[in-house]
Amino acid sequence: MARITAGVATSHIPAVGAAIDLGKTHEPYWQPVFAGYEFSKRWIAEHRPDVVVLVYNDHASAFSLEVIPTFAIGCAESFAPADEGWGPRPVPVVQGHPELAWHIAQSAILDEFDMTIVNRMDVDHGLTVPLSLMFGQPQAWPCRVIPLAVNVVQYPPPLGHRCWNLGRAIRKAVESFDDDLNVMVWGTGGMSHQLQGPRAGLINRDFDTRFLDGLTRDPEALARLPHLEYVREAGSEGIELVMWLIMRGALAADARETYRFYHVPASNTAVGHIILENPR
Amino acid sequence: MKRYNDAFKDIPGTTVFDATQSRLGYHLNMFCMSLMKAENRAAFKSDERAYLERFPMTAEQRQAVIDRDYNRMISLGGNIYFLAKIGATDGFSFQNLASKMTGMPEDQYKAMMVAGGRPAAGNRSKSDREK
Repeated sequence: MARITAGVATSHIPAVGAAIDLGKTHEPYWQPVFAGYEFSKRWIAEHRPDVVVLVYNDHASAFSLEVIPTFAIGCAESFAPADEGWGPRPVPVVQGHPELAWHIAQSAILDEFDMTIVNRMDVDHGLTVPLSLMFGQPQAWPCRVIPLAVNVVQYPPPLGHRCWNLGRAIRKAVESFDDDLNVMVWGTGGMSHQLQGPRAGLINRDFDTRFLDGLTRDPEALARLPHLEYVREAGSEGIELVMWLIMRGALAADARETYRFYHVPASNTAVGHIILENPR
Repeated sequence: MKRYNDAFKDIPGTTVFDATQSRLGYHLNMFCMSLMKAENRAAFKSDERAYLERFPMTAEQRQAVIDRDYNRMISLGGNIYFLAKIGATDGFSFQNLASKMTGMPEDQYKAMMVAGGRPAAGNRSKSDREK
């Protein structure tokens, strides 16, 4: 039987990817950011997942305004890094897990989540930066990845509570998959940041801390936070944090916090990162 | 739906990309999307006005692009993730675009971020800001 062992959440800032790709990780500006992931790299080397269900948002790379799926699951064999305007990131092609992806899609649809099934999709920094932060710069990613793209660009994005419930549906799906697989669910994006307009640069450490605390201790209450509060408190792009609730919903109620890291700033954004583990 | 959308208008300096903005900005954003191809970036750079004529945008939207007035583009339906492709074509970082939108010189904006960013206090709502 497949089982979900852990959840990881992390910001997916494009400038962090650029710093890795351009060999700037030891510069004084970037050093504290990457130092915060040293523990995580060791941890994941010890807890090697077979498959990561990676929840992220596309940033007008694979999806323009022509088609805007709320929840899109990548069922392809592989996914190429997207050209976001300055050439694709020099990172390995992402290998999917079509059998498990299709299984999750079918199970979630029968659970009343109307997933969009995607058989061709390039993946942008939203997906590849978390892989780089956790795995460094290998020749090939050490696990299979199922991309789960969530719309947080066009309003309204899905409610936090919907994301939480989707996480629960993913857990049910994974636990009914016959192969013996170690599966992790990652939530990405956030934390507080605003990239647009005269209010750009907004950071809210108090909100972020409360969010990180609530994620472990009282996720059901956190899942009821309205969109307005995310935008008001965590900035317009802070709305990405709803995706972390999919990760949390996929874990057990008594999952415990293994690690946490928080740093301001990386470019325009507060970097947040947490590892939660299910009881064995 | 109106109540949901209007509630965000109380937040200062922020435009939520709702249905109204999306309809207004469709062609502007699709122009931005075209800049993901190297040959289109080259065509845009060689003659901006001629390239913009390929898209059924309004004259105001075209002018805002030429002026690189990002706040204006946002008010005319542009979405920041799409508009960022203009910045990338120009060779600017996201942080440079952000500083432009705040009206701060880039070094000053960078210093604000290093010092912890723009505080939420005083920036939560328009009424809050007026106090």
